[in-house]
Amino acid sequence: MSSRRSRQSTAGVSRISDDQIIELVSKLQQLLPEIRDRRSDKVSASKVLQETCNYIRSLHREVDDLSERLSQLLATIDADSAEAAIIRSLIM
Amino acid sequence: MDSQHLNPSSLKSRFTARFLRALIKINAQKPISSSSPREIFQRYRRIKVAADKSMAYSVRSRRTWSRATLWKLRSRSRRRLASSGRRSSIKTRTTTTTTTTTTSTNHRAAIVEKTSHEKENKEDHVGLAVQAEELRELVPGGESMDLCNLLDETAHYIKCLTTQVQVMKKIANLYSLE
Repeated sequence: MSSRRSRQSTAGVSRISDDQIIELVSKLQQLLPEIRDRRSDKVSASKVLQETCNYIRSLHREVDDLSERLSQLLATIDADSAEAAIIRSLIM
Repeated sequence: MDSQHLNPSSLKSRFTARFLRALIKINAQKPISSSSPREIFQRYRRIKVAADKSMAYSVRSRRTWSRATLWKLRSRSRRRLASSGRRSSIKTRTTTTTTTTTTSTNHRAAIVEKTSHEKENKEDHVGLAVQAEELRELVPGGESMDLCNLLDETAHYIKCLTTQVQVMKKIANLYSLE
C-alpha cells in the first residue's frame, strides 16, 4: 500500500508527505491494544485504521454501558455520601 | 499512572471533577424513590451526555474534535429550547450567534478546502481512503479534516475516550460497593 513517491505540489497546494502519514499511523498503532500486544511491526496502515475504527466503536459502547450502569446505580444510592468516598479513593 | 490523580490540572482530574458534579446534579433532579424504566432511560441519556460534555469541556477548544462536540451539544440544546417554545432561547441564540456563524463558516470553508484536497489525497493514499471515511464518521468534526489532522485528532480522541472509560468504570465500581 505505501507509496514512497513524493510528488511535487500542484497548484500551490501543500502535499501531505507519506512519511508524515506513516508516522501518524504508527502513533495510532501504539494506542490500539490489539495490535500493540501482538508486537508485529508488519501491520499495514489500512489495518491500523480499521482497528482504530473498531476500537473507537468499542469505546463508545463501553461509555454507553457504563452510563446505563451508572443510571441504575444512581437510583439506589445517595450520591452525596458516595462523592466523598469516590474523591478520596481517586486521589489516593 | 495513579500519580496523575495527584495532579489537579491533569485531564483525568479535570474530567473526574466535572463528571462527578454533573452526576450529583442529575441525581438531585429526581427523587431517589422513582426508578421507573423510563426515568432510568432518561437518566442514562443525561449521564451519557454529561460524560461526553465533561470530557469535551476538559479539553476545551484546544482540539477540533472537542470543539465539534461542544458545538453539537450547544446547537442541540438550543434546538430543544426552541421547540419547547421558551422565549429565553432567543437571548441564548443571539449571544452565541457569532460563535456559531464563525464555526459554521469555518466548517464550510474547511469542507470546500477538503474536497479539493481530497482528490489529491485519495490519489496518494488510495488504500486509506475507505478507512479514513469510516474514521471521519466516528471522530467528531472528522468530516472537515484532511488525513493528517484526522489521524492526529484520532490519537488524542482515543486517549481521552480511554480516560473517560477508566474514570466512569471506577465511579461505577465505587457506587456499586455502597
